[in-house]
Amino acid sequence: MSKQIQVSGLDAYYGSHKAIEDVSMTIEPRSITAFIGPSGCGKSTFLRTLNRMHEVIPGARVEGKVLLDGEDLYAPTVEPVSVRRMIGMVFQRPNPFPTMSIYENVAAGLRLNGRVSKSEMDGIVEESLKGANLWNEVKDRLNKPGAGLSGGQQQRLCIARAIAVRPQVLLMDEPCSALDPISTLAIEDLMAKLKDQYTIVIVTHNMQQAARVSDRTAFFNLAEQGKPGKVVEMDETSRMFTNPSQKATEDYITGRFG
Amino acid sequence: MTTIQHISTSRRIKDRVVQGLVYLAFAAAVVPLVSVLWLVISNGLARFDLEFLTHSMNGIGARDAHGGAYHAIIGTLQQVLLAGVISVPIGLFTAIYLVEYGNNGRLSRAISFFVDVMTGIPSVVAGLFVFAFWILFLGFEYSGWAGALALSILMMPTVVRSAEEMLRLVPNDLREASYALGVAKWRTIVKVVLPTAFTGIVTGIMLAVARVAGETAPLLMTVFFTNSINHDPFSGPQMGLPLFVFDQAARPNDTAVDRAWTGALTLILIVMLLNLVARLIAWWRSPARGR
Repeated sequence: MSKQIQVSGLDAYYGSHKAIEDVSMTIEPRSITAFIGPSGCGKSTFLRTLNRMHEVIPGARVEGKVLLDGEDLYAPTVEPVSVRRMIGMVFQRPNPFPTMSIYENVAAGLRLNGRVSKSEMDGIVEESLKGANLWNEVKDRLNKPGAGLSGGQQQRLCIARAIAVRPQVLLMDEPCSALDPISTLAIEDLMAKLKDQYTIVIVTHNMQQAARVSDRTAFFNLAEQGKPGKVVEMDETSRMFTNPSQKATEDYITGRFG
Repeated sequence: MTTIQHISTSRRIKDRVVQGLVYLAFAAAVVPLVSVLWLVISNGLARFDLEFLTHSMNGIGARDAHGGAYHAIIGTLQQVLLAGVISVPIGLFTAIYLVEYGNNGRLSRAISFFVDVMTGIPSVVAGLFVFAFWILFLGFEYSGWAGALALSILMMPTVVRSAEEMLRLVPNDLREASYALGVAKWRTIVKVVLPTAFTGIVTGIMLAVARVAGETAPLLMTVFFTNSINHDPFSGPQMGLPLFVFDQAARPNDTAVDRAWTGALTLILIVMLLNLVARLIAWWRSPARGR
């Protein structure tokens, strides 16, 4: 079910501004890869290039290659919509659809894409909510609006919504930054569980979180203000946090800058 | 060292004065509104009866007290409905183009500019335009449809502007959430963006309808004028309530002036009723209702 992502020589632009430059990395399946780095260094931009969400912004474009199990996502004939169906995304701020109930939110991805029978949909919704550790909290009020849940529950609802379409890869853009520690823990547990089935990539500002949940970590940084962001170092998380090969990584992790 | 200060007398006085001014402004706005309503209701109730609502002015002599506005009510409802049928889809699609596809390019800026220009068109000019183009140039006859065309010219920019505003209020997060689920752009617009903006769009359309329902000038030259019932908006002269009021009020008899007041009251009631229906639809579809 989960797939490997290989990125080579990737540049991303906003208009004429180059936001990230020459990023190459391999993201292994059935693992959690964390991106850390100071604000504005292009972590989120890079994450969004992985499912072709970057180009949704007017004027934004990408150069380079992203291979999903060997298949180039940026080949000219590739339909971006189908890429996004395979590579799901969870955003920084929980964003359930306000006009839809909890059930409809989870079903949205499938329902908006085609026909699924009622009974099959019930099964998928239950399974996805269970997968997102939310089922027990909402099973009695599936028809209530999704926006009525707490922030942490909303974020798990968004995760349920993302996994309901059965993606190969799950991208998470600071999924816990708007949440309290308990909800954060719930989501971290969830990531550990989802890791068996999905390739997970997470952007985080929380160093402990990266250390706790991820298998591999990439450190992004800017050479200087106004220059594009780059990957400084990428390695096993345990090694990154104990014995990084770059001085900049060590400085960042130990809190000496950024 | 700073100390806790007390509010000075001059500030207290200023506060009072401004407060007074605000109340005054409120009163200045409400007094005309209430007095208009009061005048229309008190004068209009005299003839607000079943006969008024079910009969036309056909065969009513100049001094007769009877007669009604059924022909005008039918005309107004049909003309406004047709105007809505023309301008709501065009206006809505224009707004969708401007917000979702335009990217502030040259075309979308041009459209925006012309919508602004259209907003400023005096209603007489809309009527004159349809009269000159549809009736004189293309040679069609006076009809409710011609009136609807004139009204739709006035309605369109209002619909575009209000729908555009409502669509821009839909957070981009929701669009991105939908894209990230692998939903195509047009489906995102239909299933996520429009439902989220639905309540606001309906309100905007109702405002446009209310504005247009009371227009007299564009009707004068397009639906012409009639005293009898014409159920077919596509052929022959029709009547409209504003025209009815205009016509009756200009007559010298009290009986006719009474009819004019009642016509005005009926028009207000129709617009209010339409508003109520729109509110109901919006409430029924609103996400906060908790289903």
